[in-house]
Amino acid sequence: MIKVSGLTKDYGARRAIHNLSFDAKQGEIVGFLGPNGAGKTTTMRILTGYMPPSDGEAMVAGYDVVEESLEVRKRVGYLPETVPLYTDMVVFDYLKYMGDLRRLPDVEDRVDEVLDRVGLLDRAQGFIGNLSKGMRQRVGLAQALLHQPEVLILDEPTIGLDPGQVVEIRELIREIGKEKTVLLSTHLLNEAQNLCDRVLIINKGKIVAEDTTENLQARLLGAERVVVKVRGDGDQLAETIKEVKGVRKIETLEDGAVEFEFASGKDLRPEVAKQVIKSGYDLLELRPLGMSLEEIFLELTSSDKKK
Amino acid sequence: MNNIWTIAKREYDNYFNSPLAYVVMLAILLPLGIYFTLILLFSSQNAFMGGGAAPDTLQINWLFVFLMVFLAPAITMRLISDEARMGTLELMLTAPVKDFEFVAGKWLGALMFVLSTALVTLVFPLVLNNFVSPGIDWMMVLSSYIGLILVSSAMLALGVGISAIFNNQFAAFFVTLGLFFFLWFFINMPVNLLPTGGEILNYLSLSYHFQQNINQGNMTLAGIVYYLSLTALGLFIGTTAIEIRRWR
Repeated sequence: MIKVSGLTKDYGARRAIHNLSFDAKQGEIVGFLGPNGAGKTTTMRILTGYMPPSDGEAMVAGYDVVEESLEVRKRVGYLPETVPLYTDMVVFDYLKYMGDLRRLPDVEDRVDEVLDRVGLLDRAQGFIGNLSKGMRQRVGLAQALLHQPEVLILDEPTIGLDPGQVVEIRELIREIGKEKTVLLSTHLLNEAQNLCDRVLIINKGKIVAEDTTENLQARLLGAERVVVKVRGDGDQLAETIKEVKGVRKIETLEDGAVEFEFASGKDLRPEVAKQVIKSGYDLLELRPLGMSLEEIFLELTSSDKKK
Repeated sequence: MNNIWTIAKREYDNYFNSPLAYVVMLAILLPLGIYFTLILLFSSQNAFMGGGAAPDTLQINWLFVFLMVFLAPAITMRLISDEARMGTLELMLTAPVKDFEFVAGKWLGALMFVLSTALVTLVFPLVLNNFVSPGIDWMMVLSSYIGLILVSSAMLALGVGISAIFNNQFAAFFVTLGLFFFLWFFINMPVNLLPTGGEILNYLSLSYHFQQNINQGNMTLAGIVYYLSLTALGLFIGTTAIEIRRWR
């Protein structure tokens, strides 16, 4: 649905994105993750036909974003980062206007439908200027969903929402993501982790990592780390665990728990459990420690060396 | 074409949401009404004294167009510059609307607003028709209104074009006003000073064709072509400015 190859954009002398290539399939939610100024918005603006790239090409829903810009724009729903809206218009009139521009049949019914979906039906006759930030965000989302686009491009869709709304909007995106292609940018790592099938990490205009969140964690770690807790102080616990073959980097923590790691691929947890019980400990916890996306993110974006 | 109409309709409705529209209407209709009253007063006096030409409303339409020099910039200043400032331009430029359609829609919306105001002024010839026998020359009135529409169309297109260049509506206002001043008052000033070739400056003047020909019932092809060309130029400037924005 989205296919980007060698995309480059220069603003004067500054190179905003450099040789970007990725794709997104139908029914997939792809997260675009990166620090501010990494080039997320620039990439999205190119994909929505707002601006042409300096080099490279991008196909959205089977059309070239430069050559067939209008066809692309018909098939894309876009929520810009700043959620621009006509503040002096009534919510319903605004959505009807955007629907008219897209020549939707039965536009008024469709507006009601989409307002219901984002939970704003009761504010349909209110002025956009009087709405809260979260409600405006939902009006923007309603606008993006209005024409049932094949591809949905959302720039920071949950920013500025309260926690309840965040859950609602994520649920909505997840539902849409089942049939449509969704590309969303975020700097919230947990959002990418629990919403996206796949994550692209972008820094200084380049993709530094691209994978499912699980694979990213595994790949970067190269090893799995586990924490063991037993009843009592467990002063000899570290010694006991050391006897299991393949265990390395054993560390005793302050509360008596022990952390260790083993090469990913062969799970040593059963062996460790047996060993601990055989030595007479009451095993309370044997928990794998995943590397959080935060750590991956920092790892990838703070150091210049590439993985 | 559908999109142009959709955008024009929203823009037209939007005028009546802002106080500016009412101020502009008042600034046109009030002086026109006073002027009309004076015309009636003086011509009735003249008639009483047994002389004077039959009054007409051509001078009223001239005043309308003259006021447009100052008011058209106010009508068009925010049309595109404000969308750029608010960021809604991004919505328009990612909707399936051609850049030209967007600019033309804005222009048409403004023109419809001016035409609504002009519609009100039809009351002047209608009233006058009752006072003059054997009635006023309606062909002259028609020619005058066609001229008024042509001049307004040219001014509004140039205004929209300039509005597309700026992000600040006041910058757009003053540049548009400056351009109209130049084209209205100054461009043909040296006509009488030049030994030859002064005619071309008259041709380029915003006021000349309306004042000297069309508003006198003389529909010259040169005049029509001039105002339509300016309209096309304005819309072209606007479309190009939008395209340049995309590349920046």
